[in-house]
Amino acid sequence: MTPLLERVQNSRNVLGLIFMMPAALLLLLFLTYPLGLGVWLGFTDTKIGRAGQWIGLENYIFLMGDSVTQLALFNTMFYTTVASVLKFFLGLWLALLLNKNLAFKSFFRAVILLPFIVPTALSAIAFWWIFDSQFSIISWALVKMGWIDTYIDFLGSPWNARFSTLAANVWRGVPFVAITLLAGLQTISPSYYEASAIDGATPWQQFWHVTLPLLTPIIAVTMTFSVLFTFTDFQLIYVLTRGGPLNATHLMATLSFQRAISGGALGEGAAIAIAMVPFLLAAILFSYFGLQRRTWQQGGSDK
Amino acid sequence: MSKDTQDNVGMSYLDSNANKVFKTYLPLLLFIFVLLFPFYWMGITAFKPDNELLSRDGNPFWIIAPTLAHIEKLLFRTAYPQWMWNTILVSVTATFFSLFASVLAAYAIERLRFKGAKHTGLAIFLAYLVPPSILFIPLASVVFQLGLFDTRLALILTYPTFLIPFCTWLLMGYFRSIPFELEECAMIDGATRWEILVKIILPLSVPGLISAGIFAFTLSWNEFIYALTFVSSSEVKTVPVGVVTELVEGDVYHWGALMAGALLGSLPVAFIYSFFVEYYISGMTGSVKE
Repeated sequence: MTPLLERVQNSRNVLGLIFMMPAALLLLLFLTYPLGLGVWLGFTDTKIGRAGQWIGLENYIFLMGDSVTQLALFNTMFYTTVASVLKFFLGLWLALLLNKNLAFKSFFRAVILLPFIVPTALSAIAFWWIFDSQFSIISWALVKMGWIDTYIDFLGSPWNARFSTLAANVWRGVPFVAITLLAGLQTISPSYYEASAIDGATPWQQFWHVTLPLLTPIIAVTMTFSVLFTFTDFQLIYVLTRGGPLNATHLMATLSFQRAISGGALGEGAAIAIAMVPFLLAAILFSYFGLQRRTWQQGGSDK
Repeated sequence: MSKDTQDNVGMSYLDSNANKVFKTYLPLLLFIFVLLFPFYWMGITAFKPDNELLSRDGNPFWIIAPTLAHIEKLLFRTAYPQWMWNTILVSVTATFFSLFASVLAAYAIERLRFKGAKHTGLAIFLAYLVPPSILFIPLASVVFQLGLFDTRLALILTYPTFLIPFCTWLLMGYFRSIPFELEECAMIDGATRWEILVKIILPLSVPGLISAGIFAFTLSWNEFIYALTFVSSSEVKTVPVGVVTELVEGDVYHWGALMAGALLGSLPVAFIYSFFVEYYISGMTGSVKE
Protein backbone atom coordinates (compact mmCIF):
# COMPACT_ATOMS: atom_id res chain seq x y z
CA MET A 1 0.00 0.00 0.00
CA THR A 2 2.62 2.49 1.03
CA PRO A 3 4.79 2.29 -2.11
CA LEU A 4 1.68 2.63 -4.28
CA LEU A 5 0.48 5.66 -2.36
CA GLU A 6 3.95 7.09 -2.60
CA ARG A 7 4.03 6.51 -6.34
CA VAL A 8 0.70 8.28 -6.84
CA GLN A 9 1.82 11.16 -4.69
CA ASN A 10 5.04 11.25 -6.60
CA SER A 11 3.56 11.24 -10.05
CA ARG A 12 1.15 13.92 -8.95
CA ASN A 13 3.97 16.21 -8.06
CA VAL A 14 5.94 15.40 -11.18
CA LEU A 15 2.88 15.74 -13.38
CA GLY A 16 1.91 18.94 -11.60
CA LEU A 17 5.32 20.35 -12.34
CA ILE A 18 5.10 19.40 -16.01
CA PHE A 19 1.62 20.88 -16.34
CA MET A 20 2.68 24.11 -14.65
CA MET A 21 5.71 24.44 -16.92
CA PRO A 22 4.41 26.58 -19.84
CA ALA A 23 2.56 29.06 -17.61
CA ALA A 24 5.31 29.20 -15.00
CA LEU A 25 8.14 29.70 -17.50
CA LEU A 26 6.35 32.50 -19.27
CA LEU A 27 5.28 34.26 -16.10
CA LEU A 28 8.71 33.94 -14.51
CA LEU A 29 10.48 35.34 -17.57
CA PHE A 30 8.00 38.08 -18.51
CA LEU A 31 6.37 38.96 -15.19
CA THR A 32 8.40 38.05 -12.11
CA TYR A 33 11.79 38.87 -13.58
CA PRO A 34 10.71 42.25 -15.02
CA LEU A 35 9.05 43.10 -11.72
CA GLY A 36 12.36 42.57 -9.93
CA LEU A 37 14.22 44.29 -12.73
CA GLY A 38 11.88 47.27 -12.37
CA VAL A 39 12.69 47.59 -8.69
CA TRP A 40 16.40 47.42 -9.50
CA LEU A 41 16.12 49.93 -12.36
CA GLY A 42 14.49 52.36 -9.94
CA PHE A 43 17.75 52.42 -7.99
CA THR A 44 19.91 53.09 -11.06
CA ASP A 45 20.46 55.91 -13.54
CA THR A 46 19.87 53.68 -16.56
CA LYS A 47 19.17 55.46 -19.83
CA ILE A 48 17.96 53.91 -23.07
CA GLY A 49 21.01 52.36 -24.71
CA ARG A 50 23.27 52.82 -21.68
CA ALA A 51 23.54 50.46 -18.72
CA GLY A 52 23.08 52.25 -15.42
CA GLN A 53 25.00 52.59 -12.20
CA TRP A 54 23.57 51.92 -8.78
CA ILE A 55 22.64 55.30 -7.33
CA GLY A 56 20.61 54.22 -4.32
CA LEU A 57 17.63 56.37 -3.48
CA GLU A 58 18.70 59.27 -5.67
CA ASN A 59 15.80 58.83 -8.14
CA TYR A 60 13.27 58.77 -5.36
CA ILE A 61 14.79 61.77 -3.61
CA PHE A 62 14.80 63.68 -6.89
CA LEU A 63 11.19 62.70 -7.63
CA MET A 64 10.00 63.76 -4.19
CA GLY A 65 11.25 67.28 -4.86
CA ASP A 66 10.09 67.30 -8.48
CA SER A 67 7.02 69.50 -8.88
CA VAL A 68 5.77 67.62 -11.94
CA THR A 69 5.86 64.31 -10.06
CA GLN A 70 4.07 65.90 -7.11
CA LEU A 71 1.44 67.21 -9.49
CA ALA A 72 1.12 63.78 -11.14
CA LEU A 73 0.64 62.17 -7.74
CA PHE A 74 -2.03 64.71 -6.86
CA ASN A 75 -3.71 64.18 -10.24
CA THR A 76 -3.65 60.42 -9.83
CA MET A 77 -5.20 60.59 -6.37
CA PHE A 78 -7.80 63.11 -7.49
CA TYR A 79 -8.60 61.18 -10.67
CA THR A 80 -8.84 57.87 -8.83
CA THR A 81 -10.93 59.16 -5.93
CA VAL A 82 -13.44 61.19 -7.90
CA ALA A 83 -13.74 58.64 -10.71
CA SER A 84 -14.15 55.72 -8.31
CA VAL A 85 -16.81 57.45 -6.25
CA LEU A 86 -18.74 58.43 -9.38
CA LYS A 87 -18.35 54.96 -10.88
CA PHE A 88 -19.61 53.41 -7.67
CA PHE A 89 -22.75 55.51 -7.35
CA LEU A 90 -23.62 55.53 -11.04
CA GLY A 91 -22.76 51.84 -11.36
CA LEU A 92 -24.86 50.89 -8.35
CA TRP A 93 -27.74 52.97 -9.62
CA LEU A 94 -27.52 51.36 -13.06
CA ALA A 95 -27.30 47.89 -11.50
CA LEU A 96 -30.39 48.54 -9.38
CA LEU A 97 -32.25 49.78 -12.47
CA LEU A 98 -31.28 46.70 -14.43
CA ASN A 99 -32.24 44.40 -11.57
CA LYS A 100 -35.89 45.41 -11.89
CA ASN A 101 -38.40 43.60 -14.02
CA LEU A 102 -37.82 45.17 -17.38
CA ALA A 103 -38.68 44.50 -20.97
CA PHE A 104 -35.56 43.77 -23.10
CA LYS A 105 -33.47 43.34 -19.96
CA SER A 106 -30.78 41.19 -21.53
CA PHE A 107 -30.56 43.54 -24.48
CA PHE A 108 -30.00 46.50 -22.15
CA ARG A 109 -27.41 44.56 -20.23
CA ALA A 110 -25.53 43.59 -23.40
CA VAL A 111 -25.54 47.09 -24.84
CA ILE A 112 -24.42 48.74 -21.62
CA LEU A 113 -21.19 46.80 -21.57
CA LEU A 114 -20.06 48.12 -24.98
CA PRO A 115 -17.90 50.97 -23.59
CA PHE A 116 -16.00 48.37 -21.60
CA ILE A 117 -15.26 45.92 -24.41
CA VAL A 118 -14.31 48.39 -27.13
CA PRO A 119 -10.58 49.27 -27.19
CA THR A 120 -10.12 52.21 -24.81
CA ALA A 121 -7.60 53.88 -27.10
CA LEU A 122 -10.22 53.95 -29.85
CA SER A 123 -13.11 55.18 -27.72
CA ALA A 124 -10.73 57.79 -26.30
CA ILE A 125 -10.25 59.05 -29.86
CA ALA A 126 -14.02 59.44 -30.13
CA PHE A 127 -13.93 61.47 -26.90
CA TRP A 128 -11.10 63.54 -28.32
CA TRP A 129 -13.38 64.49 -31.18
CA ILE A 130 -16.32 65.07 -28.82
CA PHE A 131 -14.08 67.34 -26.73
CA ASP A 132 -12.61 69.21 -29.73
CA SER A 133 -12.28 72.90 -28.98
CA GLN A 134 -13.80 74.06 -32.29
CA PHE A 135 -16.21 71.35 -33.32
CA SER A 136 -17.31 69.79 -30.05
CA ILE A 137 -20.83 68.43 -30.31
CA ILE A 138 -21.40 69.19 -26.62
CA SER A 139 -20.52 72.83 -27.11
CA TRP A 140 -22.67 72.93 -30.24
CA ALA A 141 -25.68 71.55 -28.38
CA LEU A 142 -25.20 73.87 -25.41
CA VAL A 143 -24.86 76.91 -27.64
CA LYS A 144 -28.00 75.95 -29.59
CA MET A 145 -29.87 75.56 -26.32
CA GLY A 146 -28.63 78.98 -25.33
CA TRP A 147 -26.83 77.80 -22.19
CA ILE A 148 -23.39 79.06 -23.22
CA ASP A 149 -22.12 81.67 -25.67
CA THR A 150 -18.66 80.43 -26.59
CA TYR A 151 -17.37 76.94 -27.27
CA ILE A 152 -15.89 75.21 -24.23
CA ASP A 153 -12.17 74.45 -24.41
CA PHE A 154 -12.55 71.00 -22.89
CA LEU A 155 -8.94 69.88 -23.03
CA GLY A 156 -7.22 73.26 -23.13
CA SER A 157 -7.28 74.48 -19.54
CA PRO A 158 -6.12 72.46 -16.50
CA TRP A 159 -9.39 71.93 -14.64
CA ASN A 160 -11.48 71.52 -17.77
CA ALA A 161 -9.03 68.87 -18.96
CA ARG A 162 -9.10 67.10 -15.61
CA PHE A 163 -12.88 66.89 -15.59
CA SER A 164 -13.08 65.94 -19.26
CA THR A 165 -10.68 63.02 -18.82
CA LEU A 166 -12.52 62.06 -15.66
CA ALA A 167 -15.80 61.98 -17.55
CA ALA A 168 -14.31 59.72 -20.21
CA ASN A 169 -12.88 57.42 -17.54
CA VAL A 170 -16.19 57.21 -15.68
CA TRP A 171 -17.94 56.53 -19.00
CA ARG A 172 -15.67 53.58 -19.56
CA GLY A 173 -15.77 52.24 -15.98
CA VAL A 174 -19.46 52.44 -15.08
CA PRO A 175 -20.47 49.41 -17.19
CA PHE A 176 -17.96 47.17 -15.42
CA VAL A 177 -19.17 48.23 -11.97
CA ALA A 178 -22.82 48.00 -12.98
CA ILE A 179 -22.60 44.53 -14.52
CA THR A 180 -20.60 42.97 -11.67
CA LEU A 181 -22.86 44.55 -9.04
CA LEU A 182 -25.87 43.33 -11.02
CA ALA A 183 -24.46 39.81 -10.81
CA GLY A 184 -24.19 40.32 -7.04
CA LEU A 185 -27.75 41.63 -6.81
CA GLN A 186 -29.05 38.60 -8.63
CA THR A 187 -27.61 36.26 -6.01
CA ILE A 188 -29.68 37.91 -3.24
CA SER A 189 -32.64 35.66 -2.56
CA PRO A 190 -36.06 37.30 -3.12
CA SER A 191 -37.28 35.77 0.13
CA TYR A 192 -35.33 38.43 2.06
CA TYR A 193 -37.33 41.11 0.29
CA GLU A 194 -40.59 39.26 0.89
CA ALA A 195 -39.81 38.80 4.56
CA SER A 196 -38.83 42.44 5.05
CA ALA A 197 -41.88 43.63 3.08
CA ILE A 198 -44.13 41.60 5.42
CA ASP A 199 -42.39 43.30 8.33
CA GLY A 200 -43.33 46.63 6.77
CA ALA A 201 -39.98 47.77 5.44
CA THR A 202 -40.03 50.62 2.91
CA PRO A 203 -38.04 50.21 -0.31
CA TRP A 204 -35.42 52.51 1.13
CA GLN A 205 -35.18 50.42 4.33
CA GLN A 206 -34.97 47.28 2.21
CA PHE A 207 -32.12 48.76 0.24
CA TRP A 208 -30.31 49.94 3.35
CA HIS A 209 -30.80 46.84 5.52
CA VAL A 210 -31.04 43.99 3.00
CA THR A 211 -29.43 44.89 -0.32
CA LEU A 212 -26.43 46.86 0.85
CA PRO A 213 -25.15 44.49 3.58
CA LEU A 214 -25.50 41.48 1.28
CA LEU A 215 -23.84 43.34 -1.56
CA THR A 216 -20.91 44.66 0.49
CA PRO A 217 -18.50 41.80 -0.32
CA ILE A 218 -18.93 42.11 -4.07
CA ILE A 219 -18.81 45.90 -3.80
CA ALA A 220 -15.46 45.60 -2.03
CA VAL A 221 -13.97 43.41 -4.75
CA THR A 222 -15.48 45.31 -7.67
CA MET A 223 -14.34 48.64 -6.33
CA THR A 224 -10.85 47.31 -5.65
CA PHE A 225 -10.54 46.31 -9.28
CA SER A 226 -12.03 49.59 -10.35
CA VAL A 227 -9.55 51.52 -8.21
CA LEU A 228 -6.68 49.40 -9.59
CA PHE A 229 -7.72 50.08 -13.20
CA THR A 230 -8.21 53.78 -12.55
CA PHE A 231 -5.04 54.30 -10.58
CA THR A 232 -2.90 52.66 -13.26
CA ASP A 233 -4.79 54.20 -16.16
CA PHE A 234 -2.66 55.15 -19.12
CA GLN A 235 -4.44 54.92 -22.47
CA LEU A 236 -7.14 57.49 -21.92
CA ILE A 237 -4.76 60.22 -20.80
CA TYR A 238 -2.16 59.33 -23.41
CA VAL A 239 -4.70 59.67 -26.21
CA LEU A 240 -6.67 62.64 -24.91
CA THR A 241 -4.03 64.98 -23.50
CA ARG A 242 -0.61 63.25 -23.23
CA GLY A 243 -0.57 64.72 -19.73
CA GLY A 244 -1.15 68.31 -20.75
CA PRO A 245 -2.08 71.13 -20.50
CA LEU A 246 0.77 72.17 -18.17
CA ASN A 247 0.97 68.58 -16.86
CA ALA A 248 -2.49 69.06 -15.37
CA THR A 249 -3.68 65.60 -16.36
CA HIS A 250 -0.44 63.66 -16.02
CA LEU A 251 -0.96 60.45 -14.05
CA MET A 252 1.86 58.41 -12.55
CA ALA A 253 1.63 55.95 -15.44
CA THR A 254 1.74 58.56 -18.18
CA LEU A 255 4.53 60.43 -16.45
CA SER A 256 6.62 57.27 -16.12
CA PHE A 257 6.07 56.58 -19.83
CA GLN A 258 7.10 60.12 -20.72
CA ARG A 259 10.24 60.03 -18.61
CA ALA A 260 11.29 56.45 -19.45
CA ILE A 261 10.31 55.91 -23.09
CA SER A 262 9.98 59.38 -24.61
CA GLY A 263 12.70 60.91 -22.42
CA GLY A 264 14.93 57.82 -22.30
CA ALA A 265 15.45 57.91 -18.51
CA LEU A 266 14.54 54.28 -17.84
CA GLY A 267 15.72 54.39 -14.22
CA GLU A 268 13.70 57.44 -13.30
CA GLY A 269 10.60 56.16 -15.10
CA ALA A 270 10.89 52.81 -13.33
CA ALA A 271 11.13 54.63 -10.00
CA ILE A 272 7.86 56.44 -10.75
CA ALA A 273 6.18 53.17 -11.67
CA ILE A 274 7.48 51.44 -8.54
CA ALA A 275 6.24 54.35 -6.42
CA MET A 276 2.73 53.29 -7.45
CA VAL A 277 3.13 49.90 -5.80
CA PRO A 278 2.38 50.94 -2.17
CA PHE A 279 -0.95 52.37 -3.29
CA LEU A 280 -1.75 49.21 -5.22
CA LEU A 281 -0.90 47.08 -2.21
CA ALA A 282 -3.24 49.17 -0.11
CA ALA A 283 -6.01 48.49 -2.63
CA ILE A 284 -5.31 44.75 -2.65
CA LEU A 285 -5.34 44.54 1.15
CA PHE A 286 -8.65 46.37 1.07
CA SER A 287 -10.01 43.69 -1.24
CA TYR A 288 -8.55 40.96 0.95
CA PHE A 289 -10.45 42.18 3.98
CA GLY A 290 -13.57 42.51 1.85
CA LEU A 291 -13.21 38.84 0.96
CA GLN A 292 -12.57 37.85 4.55
CA ARG A 293 -15.79 39.50 5.51
CA ARG A 294 -17.62 37.46 2.94
CA THR A 295 -16.49 34.11 4.27
CA TRP A 296 -17.45 35.28 7.70
CA GLN A 297 -20.86 36.43 6.50
CA GLN A 298 -21.62 33.15 4.87
CA GLY A 299 -20.73 31.31 8.02
CA GLY A 300 -17.89 29.40 6.35
CA SER A 301 -14.43 29.16 7.85
CA ASP A 302 -12.30 28.58 4.79
CA LYS A 303 -12.58 27.31 1.24
CA MET B 1 -45.49 56.15 11.71
CA SER B 2 -48.26 53.63 11.40
CA LYS B 3 -47.74 50.38 9.66
CA ASP B 4 -50.42 51.18 7.10
CA THR B 5 -48.64 54.18 5.65
CA GLN B 6 -45.45 52.25 5.30
CA ASP B 7 -47.28 49.53 3.44
CA ASN B 8 -48.87 52.09 1.20
CA VAL B 9 -45.56 53.55 0.26
CA GLY B 10 -44.24 50.12 -0.60
CA MET B 11 -47.21 49.14 -2.69
CA SER B 12 -47.54 52.36 -4.63
CA TYR B 13 -43.88 52.20 -5.46
CA LEU B 14 -44.34 48.75 -6.95
CA ASP B 15 -47.60 49.35 -8.72
CA SER B 16 -47.73 52.81 -10.21
CA ASN B 17 -46.83 52.68 -13.87
CA ALA B 18 -46.10 56.36 -14.23
CA ASN B 19 -43.73 56.09 -11.33
CA LYS B 20 -41.95 53.16 -12.94
CA VAL B 21 -41.45 55.05 -16.18
CA PHE B 22 -40.15 58.02 -14.29
CA LYS B 23 -37.92 56.19 -11.87
CA THR B 24 -36.72 53.32 -14.04
CA TYR B 25 -37.05 53.81 -17.78
CA LEU B 26 -36.14 57.46 -17.90
CA PRO B 27 -32.82 57.14 -16.03
CA LEU B 28 -32.08 53.91 -17.87
CA LEU B 29 -32.60 55.52 -21.25
CA LEU B 30 -30.43 58.43 -20.16
CA PHE B 31 -27.66 55.98 -19.17
CA ILE B 32 -27.96 54.19 -22.50
CA PHE B 33 -27.89 57.45 -24.41
CA VAL B 34 -24.70 58.61 -22.69
CA LEU B 35 -23.02 55.20 -22.91
CA LEU B 36 -23.78 54.74 -26.59
CA PHE B 37 -23.50 58.29 -27.88
CA PRO B 38 -19.71 58.14 -28.53
CA PHE B 39 -20.27 55.13 -30.79
CA TYR B 40 -23.01 56.89 -32.70
CA TRP B 41 -20.72 59.86 -33.03
CA MET B 42 -17.87 57.65 -34.19
CA GLY B 43 -20.11 56.07 -36.81
CA ILE B 44 -21.64 59.27 -38.10
CA THR B 45 -18.29 61.03 -38.35
CA ALA B 46 -16.76 58.15 -40.27
CA PHE B 47 -19.23 58.68 -43.14
CA LYS B 48 -19.46 62.45 -43.08
CA PRO B 49 -17.71 64.46 -45.83
CA ASP B 50 -15.11 66.96 -44.63
CA ASN B 51 -17.11 70.05 -45.57
CA GLU B 52 -19.99 68.92 -43.34
CA LEU B 53 -17.60 68.00 -40.54
CA LEU B 54 -16.04 71.43 -40.50
CA SER B 55 -19.19 73.53 -40.71
CA ARG B 56 -21.11 74.70 -37.72
CA ASP B 57 -24.34 75.16 -39.64
CA GLY B 58 -26.98 72.55 -40.17
CA ASN B 59 -27.68 69.58 -38.00
CA PRO B 60 -24.45 67.81 -36.99
CA PHE B 61 -26.35 64.71 -35.83
CA TRP B 62 -27.12 63.73 -39.39
CA ILE B 63 -25.30 63.41 -42.71
CA ILE B 64 -26.55 65.12 -45.83
CA ALA B 65 -24.25 63.40 -48.30
CA PRO B 66 -22.67 60.27 -46.79
CA THR B 67 -19.24 59.39 -48.15
CA LEU B 68 -16.94 56.41 -48.16
CA ALA B 69 -13.90 58.62 -48.72
CA HIS B 70 -12.58 58.22 -45.17
CA ILE B 71 -12.84 54.45 -45.26
CA GLU B 72 -11.30 54.38 -48.72
CA LYS B 73 -8.40 56.50 -47.47
CA LEU B 74 -7.98 54.23 -44.46
CA LEU B 75 -7.94 51.01 -46.44
CA PHE B 76 -5.89 52.08 -49.44
CA ARG B 77 -3.69 54.94 -48.35
CA THR B 78 -2.62 53.93 -44.85
CA ALA B 79 -1.17 50.79 -43.31
CA TYR B 80 -4.54 50.10 -41.63
CA PRO B 81 -5.12 46.66 -43.24
CA GLN B 82 -1.64 45.64 -42.06
CA TRP B 83 -2.43 46.82 -38.48
CA MET B 84 -5.65 44.88 -38.59
CA TRP B 85 -3.83 41.76 -39.67
CA ASN B 86 -1.20 42.26 -36.92
CA THR B 87 -3.89 42.68 -34.29
CA ILE B 88 -5.71 39.55 -35.42
CA LEU B 89 -2.52 37.52 -35.56
CA VAL B 90 -1.25 38.69 -32.18
CA SER B 91 -4.61 38.38 -30.42
CA VAL B 92 -5.42 34.93 -31.77
CA THR B 93 -1.96 33.50 -31.12
CA ALA B 94 -1.67 35.00 -27.64
CA THR B 95 -5.18 33.81 -26.77
CA PHE B 96 -4.63 30.24 -27.86
CA PHE B 97 -1.25 29.96 -26.23
CA SER B 98 -2.63 31.44 -23.00
CA LEU B 99 -5.60 29.08 -23.04
CA PHE B 100 -3.30 26.09 -23.52
CA ALA B 101 -0.99 27.11 -20.69
CA SER B 102 -3.91 28.08 -18.45
CA VAL B 103 -5.81 24.81 -18.90
CA LEU B 104 -2.75 22.84 -17.85
CA ALA B 105 -1.95 25.15 -14.96
CA ALA B 106 -5.53 25.32 -13.69
CA TYR B 107 -5.88 21.54 -13.88
CA ALA B 108 -2.62 21.04 -12.04
CA ILE B 109 -3.52 23.51 -9.30
CA GLU B 110 -7.14 22.50 -8.89
CA ARG B 111 -7.06 18.75 -9.55
CA LEU B 112 -3.54 17.35 -9.32
CA ARG B 113 -3.11 19.29 -6.09
CA PHE B 114 0.64 18.93 -6.27
CA LYS B 115 2.76 20.05 -3.37
CA GLY B 116 2.49 23.82 -3.13
CA ALA B 117 -0.59 23.99 -5.37
CA LYS B 118 -2.38 26.32 -2.99
CA HIS B 119 0.49 28.77 -2.95
CA THR B 120 0.80 28.57 -6.71
CA GLY B 121 -2.89 29.44 -6.98
CA LEU B 122 -2.36 32.46 -4.77
CA ALA B 123 0.69 33.51 -6.79
CA ILE B 124 -1.41 33.33 -9.97
CA PHE B 125 -4.01 35.56 -8.38
CA LEU B 126 -1.34 38.07 -7.35
CA ALA B 127 0.11 38.00 -10.88
CA TYR B 128 -3.35 38.91 -12.12
CA LEU B 129 -3.22 42.08 -10.02
CA VAL B 130 0.09 43.34 -11.46
CA PRO B 131 -0.89 46.18 -13.81
CA PRO B 132 0.91 46.52 -17.17
CA SER B 133 1.63 50.17 -16.45
CA ILE B 134 4.16 49.29 -13.75
CA LEU B 135 5.64 46.45 -15.81
CA PHE B 136 6.18 47.99 -19.23
CA ILE B 137 9.52 49.72 -18.56
CA PRO B 138 11.50 46.70 -17.32
CA LEU B 139 9.61 44.50 -19.77
CA ALA B 140 10.77 46.77 -22.58
CA SER B 141 14.34 46.16 -21.52
CA VAL B 142 13.75 42.37 -21.36
CA VAL B 143 12.18 42.46 -24.83
CA PHE B 144 15.18 44.43 -26.07
CA GLN B 145 17.70 42.05 -24.53
CA LEU B 146 15.96 39.09 -26.16
CA GLY B 147 16.22 40.82 -29.52
CA LEU B 148 12.45 40.89 -29.86
CA PHE B 149 12.06 44.66 -30.05
CA ASP B 150 9.78 45.78 -32.86
CA THR B 151 8.43 42.31 -33.64
CA ARG B 152 5.00 40.79 -33.36
CA LEU B 153 6.56 38.01 -31.29
CA ALA B 154 7.29 40.54 -28.53
CA LEU B 155 3.55 41.16 -28.22
CA ILE B 156 2.61 37.50 -28.55
CA LEU B 157 4.96 36.64 -25.70
CA THR B 158 4.13 39.54 -23.39
CA TYR B 159 0.32 39.54 -23.67
CA PRO B 160 0.10 36.18 -21.86
CA THR B 161 1.52 37.90 -18.75
CA PHE B 162 -1.95 39.27 -18.10
CA LEU B 163 -3.91 36.63 -20.03
CA ILE B 164 -2.56 33.52 -18.28
CA PRO B 165 -3.29 34.68 -14.71
CA PHE B 166 -6.78 35.74 -15.73
CA CYS B 167 -7.61 32.55 -17.66
CA THR B 168 -6.08 30.27 -15.05
CA TRP B 169 -8.07 31.94 -12.31
CA LEU B 170 -11.28 31.64 -14.30
CA LEU B 171 -10.69 28.01 -15.30
CA MET B 172 -9.78 27.01 -11.75
CA GLY B 173 -13.29 28.06 -10.77
CA TYR B 174 -14.76 25.97 -13.58
CA PHE B 175 -12.72 22.87 -12.84
CA ARG B 176 -13.69 23.12 -9.18
CA SER B 177 -17.34 22.69 -10.14
CA ILE B 178 -16.73 19.37 -11.94
CA PRO B 179 -17.34 16.43 -9.55
CA PHE B 180 -14.32 14.46 -8.46
CA GLU B 181 -16.25 11.21 -8.91
CA LEU B 182 -16.08 11.51 -12.69
CA GLU B 183 -12.30 11.50 -12.52
CA GLU B 184 -12.22 8.66 -10.02
CA CYS B 185 -14.40 6.49 -12.27
CA ALA B 186 -12.12 7.15 -15.21
CA MET B 187 -9.07 6.39 -13.12
CA ILE B 188 -10.50 3.08 -12.03
CA ASP B 189 -11.06 2.29 -15.69
CA GLY B 190 -7.36 2.92 -16.19
CA ALA B 191 -7.39 6.37 -17.80
CA THR B 192 -4.27 8.47 -17.43
CA ARG B 193 -4.40 12.02 -16.13
CA TRP B 194 -3.89 13.35 -19.62
CA GLU B 195 -6.80 11.30 -20.97
CA ILE B 196 -8.98 12.50 -18.09
CA LEU B 197 -8.13 16.11 -18.86
CA VAL B 198 -8.74 15.80 -22.59
CA LYS B 199 -11.75 13.46 -22.58
CA ILE B 200 -13.61 14.42 -19.40
CA ILE B 201 -12.61 17.78 -17.99
CA LEU B 202 -12.25 19.76 -21.19
CA PRO B 203 -15.58 18.71 -22.79
CA LEU B 204 -17.33 19.58 -19.52
CA SER B 205 -15.71 23.00 -19.28
CA VAL B 206 -16.41 24.22 -22.82
CA PRO B 207 -18.43 27.20 -21.51
CA GLY B 208 -15.51 28.15 -19.27
CA LEU B 209 -13.09 27.81 -22.15
CA ILE B 210 -15.27 30.03 -24.33
CA SER B 211 -15.56 32.64 -21.54
CA ALA B 212 -11.82 32.67 -20.98
CA GLY B 213 -11.08 32.69 -24.72
CA ILE B 214 -13.46 35.55 -25.53
CA PHE B 215 -12.20 37.58 -22.63
CA ALA B 216 -8.56 36.93 -23.47
CA PHE B 217 -9.18 37.84 -27.11
CA THR B 218 -10.78 41.19 -26.26
CA LEU B 219 -8.07 41.95 -23.71
CA SER B 220 -5.37 41.37 -26.33
CA TRP B 221 -7.26 43.29 -28.96
CA ASN B 222 -7.60 46.26 -26.61
CA GLU B 223 -4.04 46.18 -25.26
CA PHE B 224 -2.27 49.47 -25.73
CA ILE B 225 0.74 50.23 -23.55
CA TYR B 226 2.85 47.18 -24.48
CA ALA B 227 2.07 47.59 -28.16
CA LEU B 228 2.96 51.27 -27.92
CA THR B 229 6.27 50.60 -26.18
CA PHE B 230 7.59 47.40 -27.77
CA VAL B 231 6.88 48.22 -31.39
CA SER B 232 7.94 51.20 -33.47
CA SER B 233 7.65 50.33 -37.16
CA SER B 234 4.36 50.96 -38.86
CA GLU B 235 4.24 47.44 -40.35
CA VAL B 236 4.20 45.82 -36.92
CA LYS B 237 1.72 48.08 -35.11
CA THR B 238 -1.66 46.99 -33.86
CA VAL B 239 -4.88 48.87 -34.63
CA PRO B 240 -5.21 50.90 -31.40
CA VAL B 241 -1.58 52.02 -31.54
CA GLY B 242 -1.58 52.58 -35.29
CA VAL B 243 -4.68 54.76 -35.17
CA VAL B 244 -3.38 56.83 -32.26
CA THR B 245 0.18 57.30 -33.48
CA GLU B 246 -0.06 57.37 -37.28
CA LEU B 247 -3.45 58.74 -38.25
CA VAL B 248 -2.86 61.90 -36.25
CA GLU B 249 -0.77 64.03 -38.57
CA GLY B 250 0.44 67.33 -37.20
CA ASP B 251 -2.15 69.90 -36.30
CA VAL B 252 -4.66 69.07 -39.00
CA TYR B 253 -6.77 66.23 -37.70
CA HIS B 254 -8.48 64.06 -40.25
CA TRP B 255 -11.44 63.36 -38.04
CA GLY B 256 -13.25 61.33 -40.63
CA ALA B 257 -10.39 58.89 -41.13
CA LEU B 258 -9.66 58.79 -37.40
CA MET B 259 -13.25 57.91 -36.56
CA ALA B 260 -13.39 55.38 -39.38
CA GLY B 261 -10.26 53.79 -37.93
CA ALA B 262 -11.76 53.72 -34.45
CA LEU B 263 -15.00 52.31 -35.78
CA LEU B 264 -13.41 49.54 -37.84
CA GLY B 265 -11.09 48.67 -34.96
CA SER B 266 -14.00 48.38 -32.56
CA LEU B 267 -16.28 46.35 -34.80
CA PRO B 268 -14.49 42.98 -34.58
CA VAL B 269 -14.61 42.85 -30.76
CA ALA B 270 -18.17 44.20 -30.72
CA PHE B 271 -19.15 41.57 -33.30
CA ILE B 272 -17.62 38.68 -31.38
CA TYR B 273 -19.01 40.05 -28.13
CA SER B 274 -22.53 40.18 -29.55
CA PHE B 275 -22.42 36.43 -30.17
CA PHE B 276 -21.03 35.53 -26.77
CA VAL B 277 -22.53 38.13 -24.44
CA GLU B 278 -23.48 35.59 -21.79
CA TYR B 279 -20.06 33.94 -21.83
CA TYR B 280 -18.36 37.29 -21.65
CA ILE B 281 -20.44 38.48 -18.71
CA SER B 282 -19.97 35.22 -16.85
CA GLY B 283 -16.22 35.53 -17.46
CA MET B 284 -16.20 39.06 -16.12
CA THR B 285 -18.27 38.36 -13.05
CA GLY B 286 -16.43 35.08 -12.49
CA SER B 287 -13.14 36.91 -12.45
CA VAL B 288 -14.36 39.19 -9.70
CA LYS B 289 -15.92 36.49 -7.58
CA GLU B 290 -13.86 34.06 -5.50
